[in-house]
Amino acid sequence: MSNWFSQAASVTAFSLRTIGQRRGSVLTTAVGVAGVAVVFVGVLSIAAGFRGTMQSSGAPDVAIVLRTSANGELSSVLSREETQLIAEAPGVARAGGVAQSSAELFVIINLPDKKTGSDANVPLRGVGPAAFLVRDRLQIVAGRRFEPGRNEIMVGAGAARTSAGLEVGRKIKLGNNEWDVVGIFTAAGGSAESELWTDAAVLQTSYQRGSSFQSATVRLASPESYQAFRDALTANPQLKVQVQRQSEFYESQSGALSGFIEIAGFFIAAMMALGALFGALNTMYTAVATRVREIATLRALGFGAGPVIVSVLTESMLVAIVGGTLGAGAAYVAFDGFTASTLNWQSFSQVAFAFRVTPALLVQAIALSAFIGFLGGLFPALRAAKIPIAAALRET
Amino acid sequence: MSNDNNEVLVDVQGVDRVFRRGSEEIHVLQKLDLQVRRGEFLALMGPSGSGKSTLLNLIGGLDRPSSGTVAIGGERIDGLNDRQLAAWRARHVGLVFQFYNLLPVLNAQRNVELPLLLTSLSAAQRRDHAVAALEIVGLKDRNSSFPTQLSGGEQQRVGIARAIVTDPTILLCDEPTGDLDQKSGDEILSLLQALNREQGKTIIMVTHDPHASARASRTVYLNKGRLLAEKPE
Amino acid sequence: MKFAGLVWSNLKRRKLRTALTVLSVLVAFLLFGFLGAIKQALVGGVEMADATRLIVRHRVSIVQLLPVAYEARITRIPGVVSISPQTWFNGIYQDPKNFFASMPVAPASFFDMYPELALPAAQMQAWQATRTGAVVGRALSDRFGWKIGDRVPLVSPIWPKAGASETWDFEVVGIFDATKKGFDTSAFYFRQDYFDEARQNGKGTIGWYTVRIDNPANSAAVAKAINLEFENSPAETKAESEGAFAQGFVQQFGDIAVIVTAILAAVFFTILLVAGNTMAQSVRERTSELGVLKAIGFSNEHVLSIVIAESLLIAALGGVLGLGFALLIVAAAAPALATYLPGFFLPAKNLVAGAGLIVVLGLVAGILPALTAMRLRIAEALRRSA
Repeated sequence: MSNWFSQAASVTAFSLRTIGQRRGSVLTTAVGVAGVAVVFVGVLSIAAGFRGTMQSSGAPDVAIVLRTSANGELSSVLSREETQLIAEAPGVARAGGVAQSSAELFVIINLPDKKTGSDANVPLRGVGPAAFLVRDRLQIVAGRRFEPGRNEIMVGAGAARTSAGLEVGRKIKLGNNEWDVVGIFTAAGGSAESELWTDAAVLQTSYQRGSSFQSATVRLASPESYQAFRDALTANPQLKVQVQRQSEFYESQSGALSGFIEIAGFFIAAMMALGALFGALNTMYTAVATRVREIATLRALGFGAGPVIVSVLTESMLVAIVGGTLGAGAAYVAFDGFTASTLNWQSFSQVAFAFRVTPALLVQAIALSAFIGFLGGLFPALRAAKIPIAAALRET
Repeated sequence: MSNDNNEVLVDVQGVDRVFRRGSEEIHVLQKLDLQVRRGEFLALMGPSGSGKSTLLNLIGGLDRPSSGTVAIGGERIDGLNDRQLAAWRARHVGLVFQFYNLLPVLNAQRNVELPLLLTSLSAAQRRDHAVAALEIVGLKDRNSSFPTQLSGGEQQRVGIARAIVTDPTILLCDEPTGDLDQKSGDEILSLLQALNREQGKTIIMVTHDPHASARASRTVYLNKGRLLAEKPE
Repeated sequence: MKFAGLVWSNLKRRKLRTALTVLSVLVAFLLFGFLGAIKQALVGGVEMADATRLIVRHRVSIVQLLPVAYEARITRIPGVVSISPQTWFNGIYQDPKNFFASMPVAPASFFDMYPELALPAAQMQAWQATRTGAVVGRALSDRFGWKIGDRVPLVSPIWPKAGASETWDFEVVGIFDATKKGFDTSAFYFRQDYFDEARQNGKGTIGWYTVRIDNPANSAAVAKAINLEFENSPAETKAESEGAFAQGFVQQFGDIAVIVTAILAAVFFTILLVAGNTMAQSVRERTSELGVLKAIGFSNEHVLSIVIAESLLIAALGGVLGLGFALLIVAAAAPALATYLPGFFLPAKNLVAGAGLIVVLGLVAGILPALTAMRLRIAEALRRSA
């Protein structure tokens, strides 16, 4: 057995020594596999980033209440009475006797994109006094919070980055009203960072919404209180509402887009992997062809077929893994943290997010590369093992 | 073309051929003169590195002399550019190689047709010429065989058919029997001899085999880039 | 042409390698075609736009509504020929996953506004006679197997119906087709008058207007006149050409499109590299043969063209097959995708670009090996065979 291994090791060493003479084709194989890894990691990091943003938007002990038929905040309506019933429901966390429930308005405004200058749909959220308790991960990073009752807005960091004119101290005009930008906030990378926030009461007035809201976001006493809260609301004949955990809500709001990107990403990466596989096969068949005499000589000297197969497979996988690792690394450098924004069709508004090259993606990319290398080496390796020794030795 | 037996067909005068390897200059041919008459079958002998193949390449227009002149049929070819030389070779030279150099992807007939692709002959004419040439070398029933299906001797016959299919002015053979066994080699030499005697082909053959040179009408010897007056001891 | 046999024989020499190279080129062009179709679906609206149409919407965002009274005021503005209102209804059929666009419109003015859509005259009459009637696009009717006479219940999260049931019941009275390739036929249209009468709230409002103007050159001026008309009113407008409106939408998807395009360029480049490498290998292997060709009188140009021809042939085989497969796949997938990605098809201009790319690929992949082959010194090339 140890003999077998030393045979395999020495045949592999022979074959690796000839890489230099074939560097052109070996290099193209490596670059081909690297390309696959870049594309795989690049495209899927978009989906991962988008999904990550939406996931960090939700907490398990926060629930969102919408009208029954609504498929998002935009199409939901809740009356003041309904929002009061929601705040009084069992399971809602209370601080100093005040229910941690924020009745909110959600409208879309157009603001010019910084890069293209064309209008983009930006969400403007009117929130109740409890909003800062409900969304406790919110942090002011510049300026201050808006003051209730005034035409003031605070801007999510993502929105400030992508839309023009959202610096603290600037005014923006919406319809007939002017608003002062008074602060910038972050929300632990969640989708709230893509939003503009103001006082719900002010927004109701300027948008002629009377006393109606669109959603209520509620902090629960504990994650386990969810069931009681939900049952109480859905059983109440005065309410026509649906209740979702915030995490589930954002998941459902992002599913279509990240799903689309993932499917497209897998498809593109699969096609490309196929193209790279053909290239790898070509290279390894050529490698075997140029070594026919050498392999035959080794076999004549008594080396087994196994070590020959191992040597071809080793080279192929080595080249592919090196290429794949370089590609995945390049994709990490190029894409991780790259900020972008896109229109989330399900909320009809812009979501700013950062690409995420997760460790899992890197591992998957390198595994995919190794797989390409394995397949690319397997068939040429089998051919090498089947070289007829006598004929190959005579070959010129 | 006149059939005057005394006509000088190949006229090499004062030819030098110098190769450079780094800073080193290698004089492969030095002040060499050679005349070959039409209808001659000349054997060119000499040890390895004596310049035989280089001389053959110069006569065949595959290479140009560093100095001196090469004239074939009265036409100077040492000053022609690559394109002119290629066209000249296609018209006037038939080449036979030691390792046959047939294209493995083409069958015998298509190999023989190759040089005719450079003429204005139609596809049918090309085929007829190739079939005729294969008949001359005694392979008329192996038209559709591929090189790998032929023996060494047969491959060389196809090589000769390819060389004569354009009816070239001169046939140049570089060790045509060098890779063959005695029997096949003899057959090839008989074929060349027949082409020389019966069809009046002018042949120059590089060889280091005395068997081969014995079939030629004249033998010259090269050593260290110079022609010797007679066979060295 | 007489060298064609030689070129073809060379490709047959290493059938496996030729096949693998052709396949990798095929994959590249398959992706090229496929992504071209996706891009067409995303940006096709911009190309489809009619320069004599404007979209007038609420200035704050398209989600805000406009008064129906604007219709008469816009019609009076010089340069305006006709006007047609639409509203986003967001009808849900059975399950939110069954998404398609649904809008109330005014039947006559709508089909006048969009000559790209054709509804048979008899069906138009039926629609005008049926208050709850709806017309559906060909792609949509194919998707759900709807026929004329079918009843389709829709629920709208935005527009609950007044009365006991919030569900809207429609009768399919017509199926319209596109008269222009790639125009969306995945939408569901029903009558504005019925909508306005039966909805719970928002009566007297519409989503946006499509306006036809007399001369595309006046587009900016008319848009400005419309916006001026409603300046300082509670509902200010934003009028822009249909093309600019569509462009704005495309740009909302923003960076993603750019990044994906860049990544695709990387895909293509990589595969080109693979194909070029194969050509180079093939030439290296044949050094002595190319030397023989030159020895028997083939000129440098002959050898150059033979190698380039091989490369072009490989590119053409792979490219044509790839584009062909892309056409087939896109055609096969289009009906299933019609309502998600309307306008998903492979436009002729992409095929032309693909053909150009085939030639470029063939030349680029072949040129270096061909030059190597051309520059071979005969004597050396022959010696290598020994």
